Amino acid sequence: MPTITSEKDVDALTMTFTAHFDASVERVWQVWEDPRQLERWWGPPDYPATFERLELTPDGTALYYMTGPDGEKIWGRWTVTHVDRPNRLEFEDGFADADGNPDTSIDTTVSVITLESVDGGTRMTLLSQFPNLETLQQMVEMGMVEGMTGALAQIDAILAA
Amino acid sequence: MSPAGALTYNQMVVIELTDAEIDLVFHALADSTRRSIVTRVIDHEQSVSALASQYLMSFAAIQKHVAVLERASLVTKQRRGRERIVHGNPDMLAAAARLLDSYEQLWRERITRIDDILREPHGKD
Repeated sequence: MPTITSEKDVDALTMTFTAHFDASVERVWQVWEDPRQLERWWGPPDYPATFERLELTPDGTALYYMTGPDGEKIWGRWTVTHVDRPNRLEFEDGFADADGNPDTSIDTTVSVITLESVDGGTRMTLLSQFPNLETLQQMVEMGMVEGMTGALAQIDAILAA
Repeated sequence: MSPAGALTYNQMVVIELTDAEIDLVFHALADSTRRSIVTRVIDHEQSVSALASQYLMSFAAIQKHVAVLERASLVTKQRRGRERIVHGNPDMLAAAARLLDSYEQLWRERITRIDDILREPHGKD
């Protein structure tokens, strides 16, 4: 398990996350840069993400959807604001409609990812700045399918035993 | 894994605030003076006048800020003699904290999956 620390500021609605991976900075950058690798971890196993577009360039965009067990698709969109390969990526994380247009009814969350070489491995730091509680709630609900799938899969397994 | 199950889980875990309540909390916390007032009264209860003495603002201005916080249920106000005592409402801030906890869990799971990918033999991707 990677070492993970986190710091949350409830008043400022920010979260800073630090993880240490036993791999080079270049290798960790690839899990962000390569859409086939990114979609293996961005969404949970039962809500896999499919990245239709992934442009890690200034003003580039990423467009993806997560597919639920019932076929429901949740669309997300990033707007890249700064990139310094392979050390820093900044993007606005938001929602989209099925045509890939940004959903402006929900504000975007600012995400800053930094990768540093530390002790032969890589320290990845993620800063998330939420504009408001409502957006945080939307982000959590979108991600919550993960917790749900894990918990309900366990219940299913117990019931099937 | 039904959508109904997903809904129930979200409602259990995420928060019990309505959209209107979230708007009020957001609006209330969007102002730095109001965030500062919340921090002070969560620490210990204070009268409106005691609060006002700590800011370069009129009593009336502070009173208005307190009223906004009160509508968002972030603070409660109680009459004590001639004073109005402002208390923090930790439940509302706890709701925000719970959301951040859920978001943290989301990233912990993502990081575990990244780690799994990084542990695969080279060249597999």
